[in-house]
Amino acid sequence: MTTIDERAKHSASHRATVSSRLRGERRLGTWLTLPSYVVMLLVTAYPLVYALFLSLYNYRLTDPAGRTFVGLRNYGVILTDPVWWNDFATTLFITVVTVAIELVLGFMFAYVMLRIIRGRGLMRTAILIPYGIVTVVSAFVWRYGFAIDSGFVNGWLHLGDFNWFGERWSALFVICLSEIWKTTPFISLLLLAGLVQVPEDMQEAAQVDGATAWQRLWKITLPNMKAAIMVALLFRTLDAWRIFDNPFVMTGGANNTETISFLAYRQNVTLVNLGMGSAVSVLLFLSVVLIAWIFIKVFKTDLSQVRGDE
Amino acid sequence: MSARSTRWWTIAGLVIVVYSFFPLLWMIMLAFKPASDIVSGKPQFLPTSWTFDNFTEVFGQPLFTRALINSIGIALIATFLSVIIAMFAAYAIARLDFPGKKVLLSLALAIAMFPQAALVGPLFNMWRNLGIYDTWIGLIIPYMTFALPLSIWTLSAFFRQIPWEMEHAAQVDGATSWQAFRKVIVPLAAPGVFTTAILTFFFCWNDFLFAISLTSTDNARTVPAALAFFQGASYFQSAVPYIMAASVVVTIPVVILVLVFQRRIVAGLTSGAVKG
Repeated sequence: MTTIDERAKHSASHRATVSSRLRGERRLGTWLTLPSYVVMLLVTAYPLVYALFLSLYNYRLTDPAGRTFVGLRNYGVILTDPVWWNDFATTLFITVVTVAIELVLGFMFAYVMLRIIRGRGLMRTAILIPYGIVTVVSAFVWRYGFAIDSGFVNGWLHLGDFNWFGERWSALFVICLSEIWKTTPFISLLLLAGLVQVPEDMQEAAQVDGATAWQRLWKITLPNMKAAIMVALLFRTLDAWRIFDNPFVMTGGANNTETISFLAYRQNVTLVNLGMGSAVSVLLFLSVVLIAWIFIKVFKTDLSQVRGDE
Repeated sequence: MSARSTRWWTIAGLVIVVYSFFPLLWMIMLAFKPASDIVSGKPQFLPTSWTFDNFTEVFGQPLFTRALINSIGIALIATFLSVIIAMFAAYAIARLDFPGKKVLLSLALAIAMFPQAALVGPLFNMWRNLGIYDTWIGLIIPYMTFALPLSIWTLSAFFRQIPWEMEHAAQVDGATSWQAFRKVIVPLAAPGVFTTAILTFFFCWNDFLFAISLTSTDNARTVPAALAFFQGASYFQSAVPYIMAASVVVTIPVVILVLVFQRRIVAGLTSGAVKG
């Protein structure tokens, strides 16, 4: 009898230590992650709520006394203004064009990185240069390459005095070029991570069965790296949607090359029209949420790997 | 693989090398051009004569030298702090079992997608009220916020690969817990921490939006923002060679880090974003 009693007592105390250890682990985990929560939320959650609040007012920093509640009127003004739709169209154009080209080009780069034997180190080093370079620097370099007074492009292409930045579509072409040059390496590294997961023996088996390289690409390689492609696509789409540096440096938003992020900056910082600017900020935020939602719910992008869940 | 196809892949690799370096080459050409080459009407790719004057001029301007100090200081401090904070979080994610883990990783994902331009208005106003507008700390805080997701992902991916049992094994062999930590865990964790620091530094070094929105003088203005304010030596002279000389200067640290730590950066980028 005593032995059973003792055993019961023993297991109870064992359970107590386990749960107290678990509790300790939980407490430690909470404390260790607390600083991250604070830093990430401090600069995003509160200002966002503040923007939401300001967007309901007519409020200019130059006239603080004239602050009046206007309800949703700011949103009405923006959504019926051609400036918003123009910037929306510009942003959409840049996003679609750059992401589409970067995906194809990035895949080609990733494939070369996978297959290359001689010069692999040199190539991987080179590809990191555009990734690491400051976006503003890249924008200036491309701008001066196409500019009339300093550029080499017009001379090489015999274009004479063609002003690339004097017209919407040619200016957008240069903006897209700079963006593509800088970010293709990043997308290619993401795709490379997916490409190395594609089983080599499947490729060989298909080759033995007589599948052409093109068939193998579409039937084996791409389906096997779908997760990596979708993640790269989501990240780059949102990145392109937030584009700011390149149009700022190249055109300053002239000739209908202003983007939504640029509009938010101009309303808030240049014009200090905080009411209207905040409404643009909220709309920009909602557009990003919508894009992320489409990717996650409609295209079923699996983000568990990105988040690092196991 | 046959020798011929090997050669084709090498040629393709060479094309990519040219792709990467060509704009850099163009930047160097412009930085070494005399200002008179820009207004000549028939611009060339190569300078008519090579000059170092643009660099002397740029380093003589407080607009640039102050900005360079600001850039280096702000980026280093923000990187240091984010990596420390991310280290705590990544350790918890890799080793502990606690309820907030999923929430933290999802929040990091949301922050990585957040449109930063939506914040410049409220932050501009808040920072002015708090008195940290146009100061180092006013830039360090948002840099930390937006660098953290990258730091946390990269670090927790690295920390997951550490064989933590070795710490215990060392203790069994008679090491004190401090010795076990210092001699076993630190050397294993250091490469991951270092790689994360490089990626975080790139992120802070690159920012432009916050730098122009939250600064107004050279008190905290970083180089990317200062470039937008550059003027030529006189009204009639182009600022192009000066801006390019300054660009070369801020690109040097990037090139050095890439050349020395190429392997680690690739590992960090691929492990942090899409885990294998």
